[in-house]
Amino acid sequence: MTVLCLVERDGDGPADASLRALALARDLAASAGGDVAAVLFSGADELAGADELAGDDGSGAGAPVRELAALGIADAYVVTAGDGYAPAAWARGLAELAVTCAAAAVVAAATDRGSEVLAHLGAITGQPVAANCVSARWVAPGYCELVRQRWAGSLLEDAALEATLALLTVAADAVPAVPGAGAPPTGVAGTAATAAGTDIKVQLFRPDLAEADRRVRAVESAERSAGVSLATARVVVGGGRGVGGPEGFEVLEELAGLLGGTLGVSRVVTSQGWRPHRQQVGQTGTKISPELYLACGISGAIQHMAGCLSAKHIVAVNTDPDAPIIAHADYAVIGDLSQVIPALVAAIRDRAGAA
Amino acid sequence: MVGGRVVVTADGQDVDTRMSGFTVSPHEECAVEEAVQLAEREGGSVTVLTLGPPEAADQLRDMLALGAQHALLLETDGREWGPIATAAAIAGAVTRRADSGEPPYDLLLFGNEAADTGDYQVGIRVAHALGWPVASGIKRLTLTGGAGGGAGGGAGAAASREYRGTQETYHLTLPAVVSVKEGINLPRYPSLPGRLRAKRAKIEVFRPEWQPEGLRKTGLRLPQETSGRAQVLGTGVDAVPALVALLDELGVLS
Repeated sequence: MTVLCLVERDGDGPADASLRALALARDLAASAGGDVAAVLFSGADELAGADELAGDDGSGAGAPVRELAALGIADAYVVTAGDGYAPAAWARGLAELAVTCAAAAVVAAATDRGSEVLAHLGAITGQPVAANCVSARWVAPGYCELVRQRWAGSLLEDAALEATLALLTVAADAVPAVPGAGAPPTGVAGTAATAAGTDIKVQLFRPDLAEADRRVRAVESAERSAGVSLATARVVVGGGRGVGGPEGFEVLEELAGLLGGTLGVSRVVTSQGWRPHRQQVGQTGTKISPELYLACGISGAIQHMAGCLSAKHIVAVNTDPDAPIIAHADYAVIGDLSQVIPALVAAIRDRAGAA
Repeated sequence: MVGGRVVVTADGQDVDTRMSGFTVSPHEECAVEEAVQLAEREGGSVTVLTLGPPEAADQLRDMLALGAQHALLLETDGREWGPIATAAAIAGAVTRRADSGEPPYDLLLFGNEAADTGDYQVGIRVAHALGWPVASGIKRLTLTGGAGGGAGGGAGAAASREYRGTQETYHLTLPAVVSVKEGINLPRYPSLPGRLRAKRAKIEVFRPEWQPEGLRKTGLRLPQETSGRAQVLGTGVDAVPALVALLDELGVLS
């Protein structure tokens, strides 16, 4: 019994959200005594890339696979689906692979790509997709019990999934990346290439794709967005209703610049037209996962928190000690941001000047 | 919602909506605004469609007030409809339109994902049912070729979104399905004439057949409260030295 888990790549390694999806996939597989196989995609014309992923001798020398091996994943498939990301082709590849290895489930992170590919897979196979799961287990063959998020996590739904192929996306924020059953000791990154790394078996899989599967595919623009990207920023300085108007963001941007970060805002700020929507953090905006989120004048509605709970540290500056964000933040300054932030900027500048 | 909190009904099966109003979700409102802008620019007309109970006609009227010309309510009897049944009902409506001799639809715009279940799949399932191309998560949409004139011979659309800091664009041949996200535009406020027109407009009603789905809700509950509370560094500007020390400790000061 096999659970396939789509692993997206982030630079050289697997994406963090995919590692969290893997953790749920392993718990699901373990509930029926099965195993997880990781699935990565590669362009058809870059078989060199696939070989590199698989390692020349199939030992899993490629960086993403090595990291998977370190997590104790024993099987990985590298699926060739042609150049460029084509969601329907990826789904077709997964559908064929699921048949070939008699998989009972396909799991992916609830990222834009993961959600989209599983929706295509659901349409192709005629199976339901349970979105935003936080846990899942089989109680009988073809019958899963699961918990999934609703309203961006402000509610939990208990659900039953009856399907010949269980399709699940994982609410990455809600699932720790630490793998479940059979997990190797933590802190194994350094040993990945040695002990654990030799155990992973990597196979190439070439699905039989029709031209129609590839007719809609991503064409990447060479130009990157200017400045620090909100989604990947190490520091995000957030501004909400408490900023008071469009002119108040200048000092927040200055602070973001000093911290090597970028500005993020709450929904009220973009719907007022104070800042453009691309700076919006939250359920309908960008999800961020910085080292530090400094949230200024933001009350912390659940729809906003849904976009920033992956931040390692949250510091709130707010006049209201009972604002919901205080319950989510690690640190708080109770005060008016229009006084605190200029003073903070001045203090940082003084410190830099003195150094 | 009471004081911004979700309340679950006593039987744990639903959200208690007695104290709530209903609105169109952000992604969907942007989809309607985008459709109205496209029709203003390229010609043609906009039909708004929803699947829900008879009261959902109110939301269709709100959208007619934004500038849509026609409205279609796929009326349900209060049962919960999953994405598979919903997509089948919508694809059915599109096919009936094509068979009716009226000009067929060239473009189906959806909000990318439902605010409650976040299923991210109705538009994609409709596209597969119709055999049309689809793009999701779209933040910018332009029509290419001779669009807007009925069946759309050779017309297409370029649909873009951001992926890890890079723009990616999908080229689609019409007819096509595009699921959009908030931020693609800033929806307008309804005008007074728009509201008056919407009040009088006829809403077409069709009752599609419900079908059971493999995914069934067994209950709803509130997640465990976050018991955590922030460590207060201080009050007002007096907190600045402690804040600087914290930033230093987190390694974000250069």
